[in-house]
Amino acid sequence: MAAERQAAVRLVAGLGLVALAWAGAYAALRPLADALTYDLLRLSRDSHLGSSVNFFLYDTPKVLLLLTGIVFLMGIVRTFFSPESTRRLLGGRREGVGNVAAAGLGVVTPFCSCSAVPLFIGFVEAGVPLGVTFSFLIAAPMVNEVAIVLLFGLVGWHIAVLYVALGLGIAITSGWVIGRLKMERHVEAFVYEMAVGQLDSEERLSWADRVGRARQAVREIVGRVWPFVVAAIAVGAGIHGYVPEDFLADVMGKGAWWTVPAAVVLGVPMYSNAAGIIPVVEALMDKGAATGTALAFMMSVIALSLPEMIILRRVLRWPLIAAFIGVVASGIVFVGYVFNLVS
Amino acid sequence: MLRIQVLGPGCANCQKLEALARQAVAGLGVEAEVDKVTDMREIMARGVMATPGLAVNNRLVSTGRVPSVSEVMTLIANVLAEESPG
Repeated sequence: MAAERQAAVRLVAGLGLVALAWAGAYAALRPLADALTYDLLRLSRDSHLGSSVNFFLYDTPKVLLLLTGIVFLMGIVRTFFSPESTRRLLGGRREGVGNVAAAGLGVVTPFCSCSAVPLFIGFVEAGVPLGVTFSFLIAAPMVNEVAIVLLFGLVGWHIAVLYVALGLGIAITSGWVIGRLKMERHVEAFVYEMAVGQLDSEERLSWADRVGRARQAVREIVGRVWPFVVAAIAVGAGIHGYVPEDFLADVMGKGAWWTVPAAVVLGVPMYSNAAGIIPVVEALMDKGAATGTALAFMMSVIALSLPEMIILRRVLRWPLIAAFIGVVASGIVFVGYVFNLVS
Repeated sequence: MLRIQVLGPGCANCQKLEALARQAVAGLGVEAEVDKVTDMREIMARGVMATPGLAVNNRLVSTGRVPSVSEVMTLIANVLAEESPG
């Protein structure tokens, strides 16, 4: 018992120290970036080069720090959820409430698009309605912590909040609409015939295990996306200093009605993770693209991807895949228009 | 002989886990057969909804993630300890 308590104290103290160091580093970002740019490199505050270099030196560590912190916290949250527990929570639930619950659970349940097929089969077997399953499959990749952090760090908190709210909204309504279309017969027959085993027991995790898993998530996710983040901020920094403010206003501004659907159509064949696309979105918005158009583009790239459709083709027939793309794309276009109207 | 199976349709994570399992076996110095289960029916029948899954002597010890080498070694050692008589 004493040893257990000691370990717990060490864990809490360690986490506290890390949190303090994190906050200290975050507070030091601005003065450090300014000192490096203007004192050490002796660049002028008014020059294009100075503004670009300062932007890069401030934004890169800021976004990486935010990313590390949030991925760690989400890593902890995710240890409380599993596909099995989510399936139990959603099984036999009515549509409507079920769609809302599925979209919310899609955000916190560990999910990788490579296991979309077994997950789909598992959900259908447990009696999760088709539309509810889709709400989960739409929300899981779209509303993820990397997208949220990058929008928050590079574009602003209000856009990050809107993205989450609208992403969930699209997942809930699209799933509900797909449920109304009654397309169960377009699911490959073998899905309904498949025997799905039960896991004998759920793992029992200690807090040390949870922290260990969250650290592994940080290593895995931050390790994978940091080069994209740095490269993208460098590009953003270049645009920041040099390209004129409303360079894109003519092409991607609010004016033309067709820009939102065009952005969505352009986004479908493009396949990128949030890390790759958000800095592009940031640059677009910075240079005069309308908010709704830029967000619609980003949602389309992240939520609708050809590789995922090809994976899902193993369990769904084309009419259902077409309905899925059509419903989600319409939702994104609608959100884009609303955004352009109100912003 | 110890039987280790990696359950998954052949995604990047499944291949990573297979390599880790081989490393873990070498690290423990035990004799084991490591193979892959890629048939979706069998994967589902074993209750794996999140790939990759890892089974040691037909007991599922991990799903939905790629554990570290040392963790895989512990998972294998646990099964061996429970199965050894006495």
